Amino acid sequence: MGAAPLLSRSSPRADILFRDVHVLDPRSGLDGRHDVLVRAGEIAEIGAPGTLDGQGAESLDGQGRHHLLPAFFDCHVHLRTPGQEHKEDLETGTRAAAAGGFGAVIAMPNTDPVIDSAALLGSVREAAAREARVPVGFLPAITVGSAGIQLTEMAEMRDGGALGFTDDGRPVSDAGMMRRALSYQRLCGGVLALHEEDVTLAGDGVMHEGAVSAALGLAGIPSVSESVMVARDAALAAYEGGRVHFQHLSVRESVEAVAAAKAQGVAVSAEVTPHHLLLTDEQVRGLDSSTKVNPPLAAEEDRTALVDGLRSGVIDCVATDHAPHAREEKEVPFEQAPMGTTGLETAFAALYTELVLTGVIGLGLLVERMTAGAALFELPVHRVAVGQPANLTLVDLDAQWTAGEHGWESRAANSAFAGRRMHSRVLYTVAAGGVAYRERNFSLVAV
Amino acid sequence: MNLLSMGDLDREAIERITDHAARFAEVSDREIKKVPTLRGRMVLNLFYEASTRTRGSFELAAKRLSADVVNFSADGSSVSKGESLKDTVLTLGAHKPDAIVVRAPWAGAAELVSRWTDAAVINAGDGKHEHPTQALLDVYTLKQRVGKLDGLSIWIVGDVAHSRVARSNIVAFGRMGAHVTVCGPPTLIPRGIETLGCDVRYTLDELPGADVVYALRMQHERMAQAPVPSLREYAACYQINERRLSARQMLMHPGPVNRGVELSGGIVDSPQALITAQVQAGVVVRMAVLYTVLSGARTQAPLPEPQLA
Repeated sequence: MGAAPLLSRSSPRADILFRDVHVLDPRSGLDGRHDVLVRAGEIAEIGAPGTLDGQGAESLDGQGRHHLLPAFFDCHVHLRTPGQEHKEDLETGTRAAAAGGFGAVIAMPNTDPVIDSAALLGSVREAAAREARVPVGFLPAITVGSAGIQLTEMAEMRDGGALGFTDDGRPVSDAGMMRRALSYQRLCGGVLALHEEDVTLAGDGVMHEGAVSAALGLAGIPSVSESVMVARDAALAAYEGGRVHFQHLSVRESVEAVAAAKAQGVAVSAEVTPHHLLLTDEQVRGLDSSTKVNPPLAAEEDRTALVDGLRSGVIDCVATDHAPHAREEKEVPFEQAPMGTTGLETAFAALYTELVLTGVIGLGLLVERMTAGAALFELPVHRVAVGQPANLTLVDLDAQWTAGEHGWESRAANSAFAGRRMHSRVLYTVAAGGVAYRERNFSLVAV
Repeated sequence: MNLLSMGDLDREAIERITDHAARFAEVSDREIKKVPTLRGRMVLNLFYEASTRTRGSFELAAKRLSADVVNFSADGSSVSKGESLKDTVLTLGAHKPDAIVVRAPWAGAAELVSRWTDAAVINAGDGKHEHPTQALLDVYTLKQRVGKLDGLSIWIVGDVAHSRVARSNIVAFGRMGAHVTVCGPPTLIPRGIETLGCDVRYTLDELPGADVVYALRMQHERMAQAPVPSLREYAACYQINERRLSARQMLMHPGPVNRGVELSGGIVDSPQALITAQVQAGVVVRMAVLYTVLSGARTQAPLPEPQLA
């Protein structure tokens, strides 16, 4: 693979002294108060609080209580470029990422047109190099137009910087086509990231099938619509010796299928979104279109299975599936609305509030799962360690806010978490050595 | 005040509406079938689906109360030019209607409309979700016939999956003290429907225990999705006919009936069938609903009690 996998606009290499911050990085074994000095975009020194000299560097005072974490990594976002810039673009989407503490993201190809050729991939990568605030990687399509009929020129796109391939938004329905893609993977490499949905089972469903869909009279999508495809593709990956990544798991049966595949040594990995970890189909009762997502919000037993899977490691990482839509597209009856919720700006705060503060998982584990996505796509994982490029996020765990109260950095406002009370706020994000985000109130007092 | 869902009405609220309906029923028997209760008020019928009887029933109800009625239907209007529901409601809202009656093929449509208008909103059917005025008129019809619903066994038979009538009626009959059982082909009974408060059966074996049999319309247009092998087999398993219905059981149907499918032709015309009574109840119950929502409207002074003398 020749080209750089991640691209962002060039920004000045940062010189920053984080004074007396609580550094938490499970991979580096750090969990305590330190000074951290960034010089020319690289972590130059880590020392006892109050000991490092930040001559000429921007100084940020953590007062011993703000947490400095490795910047998060999101392997599943929709940045809508090209063709759907009324929803989001590379600039607004990566601004939202930085505001959420993400140091890098991977963009999906279900744009208009679908990113399914080296030429299109080249053009969005150029746009990322001009506009993106945090580095962006791309997964172009597995099949031309994501139509499931013909393989894309995967080898050429791999040379052109593709991290892997996905038909996200749709499944690869045809088992023979899926097998062919896995076979071809031996030539081109790259992870095949899979949106799992049996479209004949999902039918015209608009939400999870269960008591709530029955009460609302909405067509339901059964859990098995996802899990039978997870099981099918795990079997195909085993047969072909391929490497697949299961996107946005949403039901218990899928977690079980992934666990079974991993137990057999198949090269599979899986992600889960904050909304599937925290919300259920009960949230759909009000028919708020921001809760219409694909896969749909499922039952409480599914939600707890996902949390357990994340804790045990059956699910490798958190990914937001940030799916921005224009206001007029979502401000319609539930059945007419497009699927998707934004997620970048609320991911950490929502998970911290509802899983860490409640004692369900530890903060260290959450940080680990919010950074682990990079390794799944053969990229270096962000770490707080001397000599590493600065990919850092500074967080005030005590801050409280209401999601959406001051608007969004994203162009879109379709957040399933809007109006929910959040604990913890990202204050500052450094991505690939450059400052990507400053929370406005914080930077006033800190500089 | 709005009427969006049966879930919003407790037993007392249901009985208030049926009591009002009983008083309005007198009006319908008079030579001049009109009272001045809503004179000067405007009722807007916003219909996104073809509906002869519900719309006509609302129109008649509003006119008997002396309200002005404007009908706005999806065909031949700005809807076909791509106007969104929101813009349609904002546009029509400029005419300052006092009540908007909404029928739309999407669940939650009436609730959405209520966010965009100050007018009282009445749900006249939203997708496969709810049809609360149908449930109210069915409760009224039964009350007129048997006094109260407490302890009645009511079977709702047919295509429950696609029926907004079933969803509202399960809730309404339950609130009035009846015991509800839904019955139909397994492919047309949604998973989880029992959480609304009903039993589920897939055969008519226990039908003789029912006091009331409420048959649903088997919609021909659904047959494209082949939920059952054929209408013939459906009728063989689920048709309510003279053989299956005993003389003591009452029969209801929301209309329009497919004779020979969900009901045999003979049973429709039998004295057990309350179907015509349901249609008559439609007007008086909708008069009561209009009266109720408009007497609680935010922008209006309270209405006087209906003057029937």
